Amino acid sequence: MSRLPFYIIVGLLLVAGIATSVHRHLQFEIPWVPGEQRQVWEVEAVINFNAQNGPVEVDLALPSHQKGFRVLTENTASSGYGLAYQADELGRQAQWTIREAAGSQQLYYSVQMLVSPDARPPVQVPPGLTSATPWESPYDSAASQLIDRAWSRSANNATFARELILDVNGERQGENARLLLTQETPSALIVRLLNQAGVQAREVSGLVLEDGRRRQSLSSWIQVFDEPANEWALFNPVTGEQGQPDNLLLWETGGRAVLEVQGGTNSRVSFSMLTHHQPASAAVRNHYSEDTLINFSIHSLPLEEQALFQTILLIPIGALVVVFLRVLVGIKTSGTFMPVLIALAFIQTTLPTGLIGFLLIVSVGLIIRNYLSYLNLLLVARVSAVIITVIAIISIFTVLAYRMGLSAGLTVTFFPMIILAWTIERMSILWEEEGPKQVLIQGGGSLLTAVLAYLAMNNPWVRHITFNFLGVQLILMALILLLGNYTGYRLLELRRFKPITDDEKPS
Amino acid sequence: MSWFKDWTWPSRLQDKGIIGMNRRNIRYIGRYNSRRLYPLVDDKLKTKLLAQQYGITTPQLIGTVSTQFGVKHIGDMLTGHNGFVIKPAKGSGGKGILVIEKVVDNQFVKPSGAHLSLEDVERHVSNILSGLYSLGGSPDVALIETLINFDESLMAYTYEGVPDIRVIVFKGYPVMAMMRLSTAASDGKANLHQGAVGVGLNIATGEALRGVQFDRPCFSHPDTGHDLASLVVPQWDTLLNLAAGCYEMTGLGYLGTDMVLDRQHGPMLLELNARPGLAIQMTNGEGLRRRLDLIERQPDGVSAAKRVAFAQHHFARKSELVETPDTVTASA
Repeated sequence: MSRLPFYIIVGLLLVAGIATSVHRHLQFEIPWVPGEQRQVWEVEAVINFNAQNGPVEVDLALPSHQKGFRVLTENTASSGYGLAYQADELGRQAQWTIREAAGSQQLYYSVQMLVSPDARPPVQVPPGLTSATPWESPYDSAASQLIDRAWSRSANNATFARELILDVNGERQGENARLLLTQETPSALIVRLLNQAGVQAREVSGLVLEDGRRRQSLSSWIQVFDEPANEWALFNPVTGEQGQPDNLLLWETGGRAVLEVQGGTNSRVSFSMLTHHQPASAAVRNHYSEDTLINFSIHSLPLEEQALFQTILLIPIGALVVVFLRVLVGIKTSGTFMPVLIALAFIQTTLPTGLIGFLLIVSVGLIIRNYLSYLNLLLVARVSAVIITVIAIISIFTVLAYRMGLSAGLTVTFFPMIILAWTIERMSILWEEEGPKQVLIQGGGSLLTAVLAYLAMNNPWVRHITFNFLGVQLILMALILLLGNYTGYRLLELRRFKPITDDEKPS
Repeated sequence: MSWFKDWTWPSRLQDKGIIGMNRRNIRYIGRYNSRRLYPLVDDKLKTKLLAQQYGITTPQLIGTVSTQFGVKHIGDMLTGHNGFVIKPAKGSGGKGILVIEKVVDNQFVKPSGAHLSLEDVERHVSNILSGLYSLGGSPDVALIETLINFDESLMAYTYEGVPDIRVIVFKGYPVMAMMRLSTAASDGKANLHQGAVGVGLNIATGEALRGVQFDRPCFSHPDTGHDLASLVVPQWDTLLNLAAGCYEMTGLGYLGTDMVLDRQHGPMLLELNARPGLAIQMTNGEGLRRRLDLIERQPDGVSAAKRVAFAQHHFARKSELVETPDTVTASA
């Protein structure tokens, strides 16, 4: 009988579990430990324009995932307007449309951006070179002189761009530059000159993030495609500084207009922003993501179901603790998985209240059950009577605790009553047949297992991991399968079989 | 490290060939005991009927009670029987077994001397029927059997209860045997974890090898004070053949057979166990591992008599109870 298929299954489960967990960690930046705080920027864009009693179409460029930032959620407010999100290789856009509008109009768009240093922009496609529009005389010679000057003092695309920016904007600004600036804005001029020299470059719009700022507008930046690195390098069009400041959010990178309004006048867009910190797990919950099968996540469920799943996903942890204690340690419990259910109740009641409540209910239940055994009842009826007794005990304790001002006593109702009734029944029979010592051993074993399961299930890290990484369930499955294959000694057997090994000493 | 002296190392157990619970479950019970055969041994009524087919002697059946209605007629059923045993058909670990030694003035007397009324007996039977003692709490049947008049030669070794003999039968080979002697501590029951004395038996002869109570060595019966070294089970070969025959009867590869010696009928099969415990290793002072490994290498299809002869030849041992006195005191 080969065990190979077994190990293959266990191996597959482990690989799949670890792979999906790592995938979720990398792809969605879900941290391995809870309580990590993440910075989130909330940016609101307000579009104002005057509609002209006719159909209106508004296109607004939207920010995408990019270096340093991740889109979490986005919302719009625009009564009466139809809304569509569009995305192509140049970027994302929101399009509002309405058949008829008049007067001053306001459209709102707000986005939550997660600050994440590891975030990467999607795929970098080297763009095709836009054919530069030829200059008219005398601008052509001014342009070529500027280019030649900067070219000779530079070594590559990046330094060429820097020199060009300094020549156009900086202190070195000469006559040629001033002449050309009568035709174009500085940024557009620089991009045009770069393109003319065969360097791929474009003008992009960015938002400088500062907490609490209102009525901000986008600023213009220049991106130059860096051939060897195969990515866009960002330049400040005024200072020529290379690199993206940490607080710069690129809003539009496709070289298109940020805002286009058809059927309206006086259109403008202004931005307000504020930042706050929130736990990483909450940031993850708000994650804007396309749910595919691989990204399978319970975060796509409504909040109420999520809370339910948070508990359900902990049960395998409890089961693992039970398997571990029974197979590797050899602890006896009354009812195999009863401790897990008790541990679940402990989570609701907190440990001290839970322990006191459990001991009170079981001991009072045992006394009453002892009397029931004199009544000579059928088993099902007797257990049912015990259930009612348990409910009565719980009710009395709850009311008493409330009267005495112990609000913690109210949580006793979370105990699974049927399970408690069966526990009392089993313990009672055990007492009759094997004596109080066995009751203490098995009851103590159950309670110890329940407490350990509770400690494991209530651990914040365990809760975080099981809730956010479904792949962990596969790993747990693999571990439990492996434990089910364990043929070695249990810890307590080392004590049980000790006398046998003693005999060797005399000989 | 005073508490540490109660513990040993896994490697030392390994050297002794001790089998742990996990290994027993996976390697032997899981591999050799087919699940579908369990009902044959988990239901004592089925075992009894099957044993009768195979000519294996069992205690005589007085009757069965299978309905709560039938409980009322138990008094009629018991008239004329002086001693009897009531047990659940699907009980395990000796749970729910009620032994009545004699009936005096309509009072039922337990071996301990405690008196029970007919009502008490009826309640016990009712509990059995509702599944109190059965595996998983499923409804059960109560068996009523005649009390065994156990062999006089064993009388001195037991207190109140019937001493029974457990033989582990692996693939039809008797691999290890022990006798369980009830004590005052075990309330007349032959359960080792309740305080009965376990005596390891030499497979070759049926002589005592070593005594254990509560997993600690002992040399005489704690209540009768009788020396265990002189214990020899009579009709040992018959008993082993009976045990070995249970393999053909049930088809279970790893089997615990519980037997008693009756004054008139000789060795009788009490019950079978598809999940026999590991305490037999303690009573024999030896692990099962080497014996089971040897049997695993033997071919199938050997007759019961040959299997018994093989086991008696290979598993013969010297008693630890009749060694030189100084060794005895050293290990005591």
